[in-house]
Amino acid sequence: MKRSFLFDNMVVLLFVAITGLGIWFSGLSLGFVVMDLVTRIARNGLMVVALLIPVTAGMGLNFAVILGAMAAQIAIIAVVHWQIAGINGILLATLLSTPLAILFGLFIGRLLNKTRGQEMITSMIAGFFADGLYMLLLMVIVGTLIPLRNPQIMLPHGIGILNTVDLAILRGAVDDLYRMSFPHFMVLVAAIFLSIGAWFQYSTRGSRQPSAKRALPFFLIAGAAALSFVLTRSPDSSFVIVSVPVVTFAIIGLACAFLGFIATTKLGQDFRTVGQDQHVAKISGIDVDKTRIIAITISTVMAAWGQILLLSNLGNLSTYGSHISVGVFAIAALLIGGATVTKATVGQALTGLVLFHTLFLVSPMAGRNLLGDAQLGEFFRVFIAYGVIAVSLAMYAWKRAYAGKRQLRS
Amino acid sequence: MKHDNYVLEMKNIGKLYSGNRVLKDVTLRLRPGEIHAVLGENGAGKSTLMNILFGMPVIHATGGHEGEIFIDGQAVSIASPFESMKFGIGMVHQEFMLIPGFTITENIKINREITRPNIASRIFGPALKSLDMEAMNSDARKALDTIGLNIEEWTKIAGMPVGYMQFVEIAREIDKADMKIIVFDEPTAVLTESEADALLKAMKVIADSGIAILFITHRLDEVMTIADNITVLRDGELVRTLAKTETNAFHLAELMVGRKVEKIVQESSNVAKSEIALSIKGLKVHMPGENVRQVDLDIFAGEIIGIGGLGGQGKIGIANGIMGLYPAAGQVSIFGKPLALSDTKAAYEAGLAFVSEDRRGVGLLLDSSIEINIAFTAMQMRNSFLYRFGPFSHLAYGKIRKNALKKIADLDIRCTGPTQLTRRLSGGNQQKVCIARALALDPRILLVSEPTRGIDVGAKKIVLETLVKLNRELGMTIIMTSSELAELRSICQRIAIVCGGRVEGILSPDASDVDFGLMMAGDYHKFRGKEVI
Repeated sequence: MKRSFLFDNMVVLLFVAITGLGIWFSGLSLGFVVMDLVTRIARNGLMVVALLIPVTAGMGLNFAVILGAMAAQIAIIAVVHWQIAGINGILLATLLSTPLAILFGLFIGRLLNKTRGQEMITSMIAGFFADGLYMLLLMVIVGTLIPLRNPQIMLPHGIGILNTVDLAILRGAVDDLYRMSFPHFMVLVAAIFLSIGAWFQYSTRGSRQPSAKRALPFFLIAGAAALSFVLTRSPDSSFVIVSVPVVTFAIIGLACAFLGFIATTKLGQDFRTVGQDQHVAKISGIDVDKTRIIAITISTVMAAWGQILLLSNLGNLSTYGSHISVGVFAIAALLIGGATVTKATVGQALTGLVLFHTLFLVSPMAGRNLLGDAQLGEFFRVFIAYGVIAVSLAMYAWKRAYAGKRQLRS
Repeated sequence: MKHDNYVLEMKNIGKLYSGNRVLKDVTLRLRPGEIHAVLGENGAGKSTLMNILFGMPVIHATGGHEGEIFIDGQAVSIASPFESMKFGIGMVHQEFMLIPGFTITENIKINREITRPNIASRIFGPALKSLDMEAMNSDARKALDTIGLNIEEWTKIAGMPVGYMQFVEIAREIDKADMKIIVFDEPTAVLTESEADALLKAMKVIADSGIAILFITHRLDEVMTIADNITVLRDGELVRTLAKTETNAFHLAELMVGRKVEKIVQESSNVAKSEIALSIKGLKVHMPGENVRQVDLDIFAGEIIGIGGLGGQGKIGIANGIMGLYPAAGQVSIFGKPLALSDTKAAYEAGLAFVSEDRRGVGLLLDSSIEINIAFTAMQMRNSFLYRFGPFSHLAYGKIRKNALKKIADLDIRCTGPTQLTRRLSGGNQQKVCIARALALDPRILLVSEPTRGIDVGAKKIVLETLVKLNRELGMTIIMTSSELAELRSICQRIAIVCGGRVEGILSPDASDVDFGLMMAGDYHKFRGKEVI
């Protein structure tokens, strides 16, 4: 059965069209859009990538990434309390958040193993529940059971953490390690993708289908990056002011590479097997429960690290709010890239990141220009995030129903 | 007796499921390189026997089994499917245990992937070892070549012809080291003729390499083609074990089906073949596990027609498709009027009523009373038993009660009263409630699926007699689908046997066991057409 390109990619194509219209109506310059986009992708990239493994393992979209975010925030508060500045602070926060995130991951994994078939709603509710415990910890227990005294991060009466914690000592700790102008960064990207593409072209190691054109997307991206360099290199182009946080992108790149590597290992194969058919996995002797717990734990740990990147980029922590929407935004970004509840790739995550954040960025302006009210533009963003999830889930369901009908006809 | 001749010996195997005997004193012996067919109807005990051989959890959860199993002369106890795998027993499943999104290689090597170490695996443990795709592909190629499947090993399963999938299953089993016995569970059920031929050839090749094959099937011609020895089971008991040379297809058909038929309807009355009540043309139904491919059937007014056949052949799908419970295509007309398919309401309005085979799932509101259950469909479809106040409606309790009491008396439903919950009723009485509910619609044609499934013997008879009474006294046309040939033969005037999603043929209930056996096996035209053997 030959599938049509349009049918398979209709979610992405729909949002490409909407994003294009959004850019058009916002009236923003491309240079400005790209500048903001670079910051936003650096900020949110890791969180989106963190969602991929549970999808592969058949557990759907992991709304419980916010538990990872909470682990990160608890670690960050500790680091601010001890006043460990710069990259050392970030490293310490990473170190502290990891065991917490592993613990949370094990907990969620066990929970999801008991609620098979309802992983998504369970992980969402588990997120709400954990939020309650998180508030209890930071509002009530800190300052009473945990004898913490630090007026800089605590409420005046000595119990509970401030609503907003200033992360000045961590701001830009990762992003500003090494920055590069946009055109130069494009050269770097082109070089890296070209070499990965070349490697895939000449080596079929680890490839499931020797005929698969694995190298093609890498060559395409390398080409696009090279083209971007040519278009933006002139000194008076608005892109010169765009500076790219190279280290942050390197971390996201490494995370993607890690996922690519996992896919070629026994563990990755187990994820895929369990994700496709738990029953077959089980009778083949794979420990299904354990595999699912590992998947969710990796996701939670990556989410924690992602939240640390996000907070150090923002430079302040909204103690009771920063984690709330990260899960929803990350999931919206992933879905917009054409991922579904059952299939998500690194490519879709990256596509989705670009599309979602462009839409997010231009929608307030587009909303104002179209409707003439700046306030409305803000609502647009929330509307977009949840709307994207609803639309892509509905389209997924519709596609499946349609495919079922088509099967009967043939 | 010397054990060392046999690779597998199952001795005096018996099994009870919560007091019900499903297997009694069955003995099976298998030599290396032998193809041994196990023949029997649904419920004859074939699957239970195989579950025991595989140490399936369902066996141990219900108290184990009787008898002994020897492998290579060693007494063994097989506690889990993994252990049976270790003993060298492999299985080619009837429902494919394949992952559609995976390539052939990945499926063959599932959880037996060839890996090589890398830096990460040295630090974090063997789970991170890299897959050695080249080695896996070459192993898969070898297995595919052995059974003669000419397809790239990196093709994905999804979109492959069903026949190929069967071969992949086989390739997976023979790729396992030290395979001694492979069980083929109705492998040709889903195959086309040429695919089935290729499969039989592959089985021969495997057997010649010294692996013993247990071939579970109901296709007699295939048994006669390749089996060395044949064991026939019926109702959980061993009927005979024969060498192929001492039997023929007709004999086997008789052994498989043979059973005394107690006729409830004595005179097989001539149906006045005047009016066609229900005409089915080119019906296709997509019901997973019971797909209907192409059914053409005319049903005459006032008859009881039986639809029989083995499980999974599609007989269940016919009624479900007509009632619009599963996606269906084709032409169905009722007393000459065309019926819209995939529209349950239209089916009811056309004068059909349906008693589902899934009594507890689809058939009943288990936590509602008997009277509500009886009135429910009629309320939905006919607005009976309701008082209407403009857009609102209210249950007419008086009418519901009166109707329920009448039906309880008519059908002899044994209960504490019309308000008893249907969950608390026995299977037979639940079935009667289902029938009563269908009758509340005053149907012209009643479709009944598996009316006696899970009902004890006494209740069975009452349910069947009820159907006959409805037919005789009210002139209702009844279409009864059942896996139990004996009960079809006891009340039906004509019996259509479904095989492979098509009507294989229509027989009179007095036709011989041989004919029924051949038809159910899908071999009727093959043998009767040629009049050979």
